[in-house]
This record gives sequence, C-alpha cells and structure tokens, in this order.
Amino acid sequence: MREVAIIGVGMTNWGELWEKALRDIYVESALLAINDAGVDHIDSMYVGSMTSGIFVGQEHLASQLADYLGVLPIPAARVESACASGALAVRMGFMDVASGLNDIVLVSGVEKMTDVTGGDATYALGTAADQEYECFNGITFPGLYAMMARAYMDRYGMTREQLAHVSVKNHQNGSLNPRAQFPMKVTVEQVMDSVMIADPLRILDCSPITDGAAAAILCPLEMASKLSDKPPVKIVGTGAATDTLAYHGSEDLTVLAATVKAAEMAYKMAGVGPEDIDLAEVHDCFTIAEVVVIEDLGLVEKGEGKSAAESGLTALGGKIPVNTSGGLKSKGHPVGATGVGQIVELTEQLRGESGDRQCGSPKRALAQNMGGSGGSAVVHIVEVV
Amino acid sequence: MSSPKFWREIPQRYRMEAGKCSKCGKVFFPPRLVCSSCKGQDFETIRLAGTGRVATYTVIRVSATQFADEVPFAVGVIDMDEGVRLTSQIVDCDPESVKTGMPVKIEFRKVQEEGKAGILCYGYKCVPA
Amino acid sequence: MAGIVGYGAYVPRHRITVEEIAKIWSADAPSYKRGLQLRQKSVPAPDQDTVTMSVEAARNALKRAQIDPMKIGALYIGSESHPYAVKPSGTTVAEAIGATPEVHCADLEFACKAGSEGMFVALGLVRAGLIEYGMGIGADTSQGAPGDALEYSAAAGAAAFIFGKDNLVAEVEETYSYMTDTPDFWRREYQFYPEHAGRFTGEPAYFKHVLGCAKGIMKKAGATPKDFAYIVCHQPNGKFPQRVGKMLGFSKKQIEPGWLAPTLGNTYSGSSPMGLSAILDIAKPGDRILMVSYGSGAGSDGFIFKATDRLPEVRDLAPKTRELLDNNQIYLEYGTYAKFRGKIRRAREL
Repeated sequence: MREVAIIGVGMTNWGELWEKALRDIYVESALLAINDAGVDHIDSMYVGSMTSGIFVGQEHLASQLADYLGVLPIPAARVESACASGALAVRMGFMDVASGLNDIVLVSGVEKMTDVTGGDATYALGTAADQEYECFNGITFPGLYAMMARAYMDRYGMTREQLAHVSVKNHQNGSLNPRAQFPMKVTVEQVMDSVMIADPLRILDCSPITDGAAAAILCPLEMASKLSDKPPVKIVGTGAATDTLAYHGSEDLTVLAATVKAAEMAYKMAGVGPEDIDLAEVHDCFTIAEVVVIEDLGLVEKGEGKSAAESGLTALGGKIPVNTSGGLKSKGHPVGATGVGQIVELTEQLRGESGDRQCGSPKRALAQNMGGSGGSAVVHIVEVV
Repeated sequence: MSSPKFWREIPQRYRMEAGKCSKCGKVFFPPRLVCSSCKGQDFETIRLAGTGRVATYTVIRVSATQFADEVPFAVGVIDMDEGVRLTSQIVDCDPESVKTGMPVKIEFRKVQEEGKAGILCYGYKCVPA
Repeated sequence: MAGIVGYGAYVPRHRITVEEIAKIWSADAPSYKRGLQLRQKSVPAPDQDTVTMSVEAARNALKRAQIDPMKIGALYIGSESHPYAVKPSGTTVAEAIGATPEVHCADLEFACKAGSEGMFVALGLVRAGLIEYGMGIGADTSQGAPGDALEYSAAAGAAAFIFGKDNLVAEVEETYSYMTDTPDFWRREYQFYPEHAGRFTGEPAYFKHVLGCAKGIMKKAGATPKDFAYIVCHQPNGKFPQRVGKMLGFSKKQIEPGWLAPTLGNTYSGSSPMGLSAILDIAKPGDRILMVSYGSGAGSDGFIFKATDRLPEVRDLAPKTRELLDNNQIYLEYGTYAKFRGKIRRAREL
C-alpha cells in the first residue's frame, strides 16, 4: 500500500449561496484545491453528496460534475453515507491512491440545501434515519439527537448550560473563520433562550442548513514534493464503521458505536492514541454530538465530555482544541461536504495557514465525520510531514 | 407515502408483528431475515404485547411537513417488554409530562395523512399506561 | 341460542365542557346544561377517528370473548364518520385485530343507528349458521357545526360486540326494527357538517321511533318494563333518553346505568352500544336489558339481552366503560378543540 498525502485543499464560503448552483460551488471548490496543489490534471475523482436528488433533483452527479470541471473522461464516482459522505469520499480517494490505481485524485463533498423549504429539508435529512420505523413516527434529526441528549443527561448528569458551552465555543471559533456561515459569537444565555426545536435542543444547539463545497487533492506521498510546493499532509490513519441505522437500535443510547470502531481502526493504522492528537474536527451536527463524540474518540473519558467545552479543554488554546473551524454549528453543515471541510481545516492548521484561529504548530490532527444518528462514521488522522 | 410502501408494513404497524430468532431468542421489530446476534435465519412471528417503558424522549417542536399540525408532540425510544426497542410518539398526555422510565402502552392511531386527498396511514403510538 | 360473546368500548381521553363552548358563542351555559342535561363531551385527538377507536373497542371485545380473531367471519362498522368516503373502515379494523382474510366486511351508515345495524346483521349471520362469530361495531367522531346546538353534544366513542352461539355473556332473546322516512337530520354528500330540522328532530322523529320500537319489541316478547333490569336508548343528549324511558314506564334505576350522555355527549352510532357496554359491566346473570337505538332518517333497532353466568367472569378482562369515561380526562380549551377538530381554516392545507 502506498502512503498518501494531501497536497491541495479548497472550499467555498459556506452559507446561503442563492446565486450559485450545486455544480458552481463544486467546481469553485475543486479549482481552489487544484490550484492550491498546483497540479495540471487529475486522474480520478470522488464526490460526496448526501441527497442531491431531493435537495436539487439531480442524481448522476459524478458525471455532471466531471463535465463542468472539464476533466472528462476520467473515472468519477459519487459516494453516499448520509452526512458522512464527504469523509467517505476522502477514504475512497485514499484507497484509490494507496492501491496504486491512480496518482492524482480529487476528493470532494458538496451539498446545495437551500433550494427546498425548511419542512422539505427536514424530510430530506430524515432520509438518513430509518424511514419506516423512525421518520414515519414523526421523529426528526434534531429529535434523534435530542433523545441522545436526554439519555446522556439522565446517565451523566449533564446540565443544559454545559451543552450550551459547546455552541458558545464553536461560534467563538467560527467568528475567526472567514468562510463560516454564522460567524457571530453567542453567549450561554443566548443559546438557552433560543427557540426550542426538540426538547432539550434549541436552535443554537443545531447546525444550520447550508450550501457549500470542499475539496482536496490526494497523491502518493513519494510524489508529493514533485507535484506541489505545499507541505504535504500525510493521511496516517483512516477508519470507517457502521452501526444500526435506527437510533433505537443502538446498543447504548449514549455511545456512538461506529465512531468508537472507526477511531479504533484509524488509531491502530496510525500507530498513535488519542493522547497523541493535537487538535480535532468532529461532527457537531448538534451540541450533544460533540460531547459524545469526543468521549467515543477517547479524547476525554466517558462521562467527561459534558464539561470539556465549559472548562476550556476543547477551546482554541486548550489542551485539545476541537472544531477550530467553528464546527458544523458555526461554519455550517452542507451535509455531503462536511467531512471534506474538516480535512480542509486540519490541512490548513497543520500547514500553519489558519490565521487568527491557528493553533500553534500542530503535528497531528483527527477528523471525525458521521452519518445519521451515528449509523456510519469515518475517522481520519493526518500528520504534517 | 405511497400505498405499497405503507401497505407492506401493515403487520408491524397494525399488529406489532416482530420476529423472534428460533436459535437465540432475540426479538426484532421489524422482523429480519438474519439474526444480528447468532446469524440464525429461522424466525418465529410474535406479536409484541404493546407495553413498555420510555428509555429516552424528546418533544418535537419543529417537525417534518406532514406532522406540522401536531407540534408540539413527544417522541420516545421505548423499551418494549419483549426486550426490543422502537421509536414511537407518546400521546394523550402533556408532552412536558413525559419522563424517562414512564410506563406506556401501544394504541392504534392515525400516524400520517397523505395530504387531504391521499391515504390515511395508521399505526402505533404510545399512551401513558 | 345466539348472543354476545365479548364486548368492549373505547372513549377518547379529551373532553370539552358545555361552559367552554358556550363562552365562545356568548351562549347561556346553565340553560344549555339544563336543557340538554349535558355537562361535557368527549373529543377525539387529531390522530383518532372511527377506525382507530373501533380497533381499540374491538381489541377490548376480543379480550373478553377469548376467541381466535381468525374465527370472526364478519365485521361491520356502523358510523356516519367513516374516515374515507370510498375505502372501507372494516378492512383496516379486521387487519388490525388479525381477522383477515377470511372475513366479510361492510361499512354501514344510518345516522346514529348504524352501530346497532352492524350488531343486527352480525347476529343474523350467526343465527343463520353462516359464520361462527360476527362483530358489530358502532363508532363515530361526530361533527357539530360551530355555534350549532349540536356542537355541545357531538362526541366520539366506540363499542364493539362479538356475536356467537357458545360461551355467551348475554343471550339475544328478541330483536325488532321500526323505520319510516323522516327527514329530521342529514348530511349531504361533500358537506362537512350535518343539518337538522330543529324541534322536528324530537316528537315525530326520536320519540316516535324509539317509543314505537320499544313498545313493538316488548309486545313481540310479551314483556313489560318490570321484566327488565336495565334499558338503554339512543342518547342524542342527556334529556331525551331519560324522558323516553319515563314515557315507557321505566324507572331511574333501570335507566341510569346506561345513561352516559351527561359526561360523554352523543357518540352517534356509538351511543346506545356504549350504553349497553356500560350495563354489561355491572349486570348480574339473568338480568334482562332492553336496548333501543335511533338513527335519523329514521328508525330504531331493538334488542332484548339476558346476561349469562359467564358475564361476571370476563368483564374484568378489559377496561370498563365508566372507567374509560371517568378516568384520565384531559380538558381542552375551545381553541385547541377547534384545532383538533379541523375547524380552523389554514393558509396551506398540509
């Protein structure tokens, strides 16, 4: 297996991009990554998108996007694993390069979510849950994570305020990210007073509806310095795992089992442990998700995730900064693009390009992206070479 | 919801039919073809008695379009007495009064309507026991 | 001898008081309460209809009948609020209780008499030996137009009866029907609310047919009021069944156990069947019960039942009607009631 490096990254601004079509934002992010890497061609491409069919009525996305990017007739594939589609596209690209099948591979994620009404977006996102046995009965995604929050509060005594601190921290980070959708700072009081969506989660606990795309160029590590002037960032670990699609099928309602498993695989492959991670981008689709995920990644002990944001442990400048980009909460959550957006943030951090939110000189970082209520999870560990 | 999509789940939605693994006894709702525990492929059809307890819950205030008239409503993960979990609305009570551990029972209710002219989709919901 | 093998009722938990409705229309609540002898009525939740209530009542009946639902050869639901204009309620109920596919289903409509009609037909098929067991259900989620007198009484509920020849809880000793064409109350196709002819619904309609049916069945059976422990008549409000009972020579003691209207309202096709279920909850073996339904348009079905020794043995197997009526009530304000009953015009039909 060949070692794989990231040599270029790019992403659009994330937000409500009314003037731009899905194909526009895809091409914009892909060109940024291609230019960042400085490559003159790509050999294959993988695009993560959760449900372009519902959001914009367009399937057969890979060919359309290859066409608009002007790279026909290279092989192109669309990858889907709900909100983990982006990271899964990265993993597919990794496998493509590592296997020796292709050298320069474009991995990206894209979602255009604002063409539909709020109710229809809720429906579209709901397709990541069990349609017949969850959504049929009226549950929504905020509802699923609200049930996780309730179960976690019952088990570990987390307070509502502790949950609010996750949002406060991520908005603080996002305020330093020029590409974030909601770069405003929020206070604990604002979170606690915001509109209730699914008890106990309020609107400021929830990631937004976002248009956006992100992209990265992968190549064999040994070719990196030849192809690009950028300091290569090596993918040292990749892990992917699955769990029951229905939240009620989880073994433990306060554990994201696929994240535990994917992290285990990635750590093992990288030959490192949670204590060796300098910063992490995790899937905070809802505040509770960040609390549970950092535990399941081993960054904190089980039951300790609740106070990590409140204590500053996961803040910029904390012991283990989490979601320096602003996370899904502040940066935005164009579902299929999120996993690639995390890789963009970590690559820039490892290269020292993150401006006001730069976390010193980190060596190793972790990205965790998941689908649905945890039915799929993908973890990557990246190192600056 | 299209007719065939709704119709094929009627044994579960109306009668709570579940699959019980003949080899290890694990109960699946809805039934499956392979047991996730012992990989057995022989199942007995059983009917859940319809009684259980709330394992966790939420009160939905922003719903998908087809439930918009019903908000706020409680939804919970229910531990059924047979040892299987399911997701169900919890109705006939103040949604704010729902608590973890609360005993509930299944009643037959209208769960969705396909607009004003489409089919009525019946199924199970929980009420306080 | 054929008769009832199992019975069950269902009452939705929500209620609205006469005062709450009167307040909206600036009406005089005390005079309505006095005039209708009605304090409150049941209200179906938005997820309840004739089908859902029928399923719950049918399940309760099955608990008492202790039979295999696959042996039910016919299932009839009488209602004026079948959820579909075209598509049977009966097949959904039969499917939910596990009685399909070898079962005969029909949805019946005869204003408030449709429930007893289902009972009558199911009983007839059992007597004829065409089926082993037959189920008759009366259920309604009645609508009264906002501001109309009917709004104070139009309620929701269901009762189900399984007829058979063995293991009876009550024998059917006599049946009788009495019908004429009398346009006292109706709802035309595509109309949301029923219309009625005011005071014409009383003397020439309700009283004429209930009295005619009650007298006819007693004459046919050679019985007089003193031969009965209980009487239950259709209850469009609290007052009519009391008055008609007295006119026939029945006492308060015979009338009151089945008199649910004061706290239930008028459950239309469910009305006299639910009253019967409340009586079966307390009747002693050997007690005779006279039931007379009434449906506008107009007609009455009469039944004479005699409770058996099995009745007290099985009545505790399912919730009793008075418990359903008196326990776990949730009182609604008019606004929520209007929302529940689809009386609010929305910007966009969802």
